[in-house]
Amino acid sequence: MASTVHCSIVSAEQEIFSGMVESVIMTGTIGELGIWPGHTPLLTGVKPGPVRLRLEGGEEEVFFASGGFIEVQPTAITILADTAVRADDLDEAAAVEAQQRAQRELADNRSDIDFARVNADIAEQAAMLRTIRKHREQKR
Amino acid sequence: MANTKELRTQITSIKNTQKITSAQELVAASKMRRTQERMAKGRPYSDHIRAVIGHVANASPEYRHAFMIEREVKRVGYIIVTTDKGLCGGLNVNLLKTTVKHIQGWVNEGVEVDLCLIGNKGAQFFRSYGGHVVAATSHQSEVPQVGDLIGSIKVMLDAFEEGRIDKIYLSNNVFVNTMTQKPTITQLVPLDAEDDSGLKHRWDYIYEPDARELMEGLITRFIESQVYQAVVENVACEQAAKMIAMKNATDNAGDLIDELSLIMNNVRQAAITQELAEIVGGAAAV
Repeated sequence: MASTVHCSIVSAEQEIFSGMVESVIMTGTIGELGIWPGHTPLLTGVKPGPVRLRLEGGEEEVFFASGGFIEVQPTAITILADTAVRADDLDEAAAVEAQQRAQRELADNRSDIDFARVNADIAEQAAMLRTIRKHREQKR
Repeated sequence: MANTKELRTQITSIKNTQKITSAQELVAASKMRRTQERMAKGRPYSDHIRAVIGHVANASPEYRHAFMIEREVKRVGYIIVTTDKGLCGGLNVNLLKTTVKHIQGWVNEGVEVDLCLIGNKGAQFFRSYGGHVVAATSHQSEVPQVGDLIGSIKVMLDAFEEGRIDKIYLSNNVFVNTMTQKPTITQLVPLDAEDDSGLKHRWDYIYEPDARELMEGLITRFIESQVYQAVVENVACEQAAKMIAMKNATDNAGDLIDELSLIMNNVRQAAITQELAEIVGGAAAV
């Protein structure tokens, strides 16, 4: 049996996942991260994007995290997400719409919008769409 | 003995009060469920982030954030979370009593104390009790927003960073169950190292991208989440305590009504008996 490590994903609203995993693949502040059991202690930020967990037995589960922090200890991984959802629960139509709305806002070129916020919005929606697509590919 | 009419008015007035208290009991009961759900949802995050912060405080980091350094204590700050409204039994009183005792401990050592009050009841209490209040906020909605809380906490955190305050405590009620709420005082900053013997050797994280930036963000998030959770928990405590207090009040009103009804019936019976005796006496005299 492959070795496993305890992983929990919590968002400000609720605990989303807690259990043993074989590996975690996700996007950190400075790039893709693949975390296997026995990883050295690591503290980094989370970039909006998919979090892929390989569960015990090889099954894979995909989540979407919109930012936050991740703490890695050799025996435990904690993902403190700002918001996180199961990929199954993601709503593609809503993500597309939100992205278009943000892009329209940007295109409107009004002076009272917060460019940083809108750009972050767009990035987040794009990440969400990426998660959805990846998840769909995998199911097929 | 009081006359029947007086007693009847008294009973009516108690009945009216009973109606109000039982209505409030029902309102509190329905609100309680929602507030408890909200509290339960937020708990994992605040627990996990506390654990992570505990690890961080235990590590031997290359960069020590201002919030991680213990200093000689000359002035301490308290963030005290109370309710806005009363009628919730001993909830606030217990919390304030515990806090005042804690504060007294510091005062006896010659340490000065600053207060940051969240909630109306605390503000009222310290207005008469005295104390150096640096920030106060009240009339939080039942769905507390982190944004509304940040301002008043920031006063404290800034003071800490500038070195005017050397320790900050968070004092709030912790929801144990519907019947029990426990006044609790926790140290917010400097960060409390978690006692974990398994991690005692010297070690440090790899920080990506930069320890300083990361710590800044993590610690801010930690403090926000702790205070937010304290406020959410306090709302749940308030509704639970209110429900119990109102239930007791309704029961007491019921007892009082029973007692008064008994007296009233006695008085009425005595009056009838007396009247009969008078009629019989009158008839005998004729």
